[in-house]
Amino acid sequence: MSEREVNYTIGVDLGTTHCAVAAVDHDLSEGEEIALEVLRVPQSVAPGEVEARDLLPSFLYLPHDQELPAGSTALPWNPTPAHLVGELARRLGAGSPTRLVSSAKSWLSHPGVDRRGAILPVDAPEGERRISPVDASMQYLAHLREAWDQSHPEAPFAQQEVVLTVPASFDPAARELTAEAAAQAGYQHLTLLEEPQAALYSWVHSTEGGWRETLQVGDTILVVDVGGGTTDFSLIAVTEEDGSLALERIAVGDHILLGGDNMDLALAYTVKAKLEGEGKNVEDWQVRGIVQGCRQAKEALLAGETEAVPIVVPSRGSKLIGGSLRTELTRAEVEAVVLNGFFPEVGVDEHPARRSRTALTQLGLPYAQDAGITRHLASFLSRQAPEGARFRHPSALLWNGGVLKAPAIAERLQGVVSSWLAADGGEPARLLEGPDLDRAVARGASYYGYARRGGGVRIRGGLAQAYYVGVETAQPAVPGLAPPVHAICVAPFGLEEGHEAEPVPQELGLVVGEPVRFRFFGSSVRRDDAVGTLLQRWSDEELVELGAIEANLPAGDRRAGEIVPVRLGARVTEVGTLVLEARPREGDQRWNVELSLRED
Amino acid sequence: MTDELDRPSFFARIAIAFGAFFRALGSAEYAAGARALASGNAPALPAPAPEPEPEPEPEPEPPKPKLERAPTASALQLLALFQREGRFVDFLREDVSGFGDADIGAAARVVHEGCRKALDEHVDLEPVRSEEEGARVTLPKGFDAQAIRLTGNVVGEAPFTGTLQHGGWRATRIELPSLTEEHDVHVVAPAEVEL
Repeated sequence: MSEREVNYTIGVDLGTTHCAVAAVDHDLSEGEEIALEVLRVPQSVAPGEVEARDLLPSFLYLPHDQELPAGSTALPWNPTPAHLVGELARRLGAGSPTRLVSSAKSWLSHPGVDRRGAILPVDAPEGERRISPVDASMQYLAHLREAWDQSHPEAPFAQQEVVLTVPASFDPAARELTAEAAAQAGYQHLTLLEEPQAALYSWVHSTEGGWRETLQVGDTILVVDVGGGTTDFSLIAVTEEDGSLALERIAVGDHILLGGDNMDLALAYTVKAKLEGEGKNVEDWQVRGIVQGCRQAKEALLAGETEAVPIVVPSRGSKLIGGSLRTELTRAEVEAVVLNGFFPEVGVDEHPARRSRTALTQLGLPYAQDAGITRHLASFLSRQAPEGARFRHPSALLWNGGVLKAPAIAERLQGVVSSWLAADGGEPARLLEGPDLDRAVARGASYYGYARRGGGVRIRGGLAQAYYVGVETAQPAVPGLAPPVHAICVAPFGLEEGHEAEPVPQELGLVVGEPVRFRFFGSSVRRDDAVGTLLQRWSDEELVELGAIEANLPAGDRRAGEIVPVRLGARVTEVGTLVLEARPREGDQRWNVELSLRED
Repeated sequence: MTDELDRPSFFARIAIAFGAFFRALGSAEYAAGARALASGNAPALPAPAPEPEPEPEPEPEPPKPKLERAPTASALQLLALFQREGRFVDFLREDVSGFGDADIGAAARVVHEGCRKALDEHVDLEPVRSEEEGARVTLPKGFDAQAIRLTGNVVGEAPFTGTLQHGGWRATRIELPSLTEEHDVHVVAPAEVEL
């Protein structure tokens, strides 16, 4: 590292629906006294109006050239932005959805599409501008950097440590693309951190040292993060290291595209059906108004304030009275749709009908097919069961994400986990109360920078999965059947940032000058496999197929077409991304093996 | 912006309406005059707020009081904000006389929800007096007569003791969005054309 003067660690939460930034000033922090601020992010809120807010909505709008008056989207750092980002983007997009990019983060992790290709918005009319998921993410990140530089001229963003959060369930390719977007946005000293870990750091920070009394060696913390678009689970164990408490992330769940937005939509369609049952005609623009109304009504009803909340969709014209569409949402409906639909009271043996990572061929996002978050959780805890147990018993619970701010949902989730524990004769799990569930991830990310410098406890993590490369076996071809594939472990579970695994002992032959593709798998349950472990068969529960990997050896001083025996090796960069390399038997050359970003 | 006194333009009327609203709140005499005007048997109304003429009371002191014209841009911006979030202008401009309370109530909900959100985001308000309304309060000599208005049988000398009828509101913060250079605040709500 150079002798640059570092003052801050900036934590950036790149969310599916909102982004947030927090920062710790190291010079002003000592012990449990930590100078942590949340950045107010200037953004266009209406044409011609700029306002600083705590959150930047993760929406991007591609305006028509004549749609907005010249200069009306100027930002303090850019008189003529090509894309609109934030509140104004969301607002304009509500009126013109085909120009709106939303959920770019979910697209970034969608292995079925070309994530560097200009594919968003998916339903933009022919010939209109589109943007890639990577570019859209880059735009949000660049906006946040500019916002920082605007308010902290003394501490340029590019010179600060930046901790950017990703879902724990992001696969290596999605992490790689997130790092790529950040690099394009001018993030220089970058580390990736898993969101549930960031939430736990935020909780640790909020206890001002009291966490050592709350947690004991042997505790297992279950972190459930239900955001606007995704649901993420992690298990973190409390262990002992040199006589003091240590934390270790021991498992992460599948990537589940299910969140608060799905709940609002589900409610809106319930209300729409009710209106149509009354013989009223509901148009598309009114559905958007109903979604808005349902979001607010849901919060009031789940807070237990009232039995029913009126939903009013105002007319579009200037006549407000009489033209409005009016109905109400009752507590019974919210409980039926949100609590019983998304958080059903199920046994720990009831798992989703299908795993979420299926049907990658569709052009839409691969939303979870089973909306029951508790069933996904049951499946996760069951897969992580220790020998001889039905499921992994958590002893402490930490909630994160806007959805779990609703007391009724938080209580339901806690009740379901308690019922599983009780049925197994286990101790009830206690709830760790974390403040500010909307901004906890950004706060925790900046606190992590402080912890990493010795100011607090660090969560040990490393790779959340073991990774395997698929090798076809030499067998006589059977018509209609692909030759059987064996999986060889290339990167073990828990491989830490900045570390390199031994290369795989088995040699593979690569053709110089021609791309060679391998199938690629991950496992969140085979935590003891060492590099080189060969699997001849496996269950769907054990190994999940990820996007392929592609080795492309440049000819260099070799002849094109020559076959070079290589061994595959893996390392995790300081940033937190996985790198696969091919190393020839002789010489110290190394060739990168790309995580293929496109399913063919 | 020049206000025509004899036949005010629409925007001048907004300014007059706002001026009248706040002056009526702030001045009992003005409010009495406005009530008289509304009931039709009016003496001439004092000039509206922005008029830089001296007040009509004959002051013996030679230096004329300076009245500053209130800037109108942020008033229009606030109006636009309330319209955008809560359809405030639509609601006020509509003739409510033909509608039943249920219809008006439904519309009022839209206005209340949206405007409240906008207000909460942009203005911090706290009561001038933190006591419960209806409580007995004592005002010492030299109390802030702008923040506390005496009503009823106002005689004698401070300290005054009376019943708190309205706790008052004090803005402790107001923050409106910054405006780009070319932005025309007179467009309170743009017309919408769907293609």
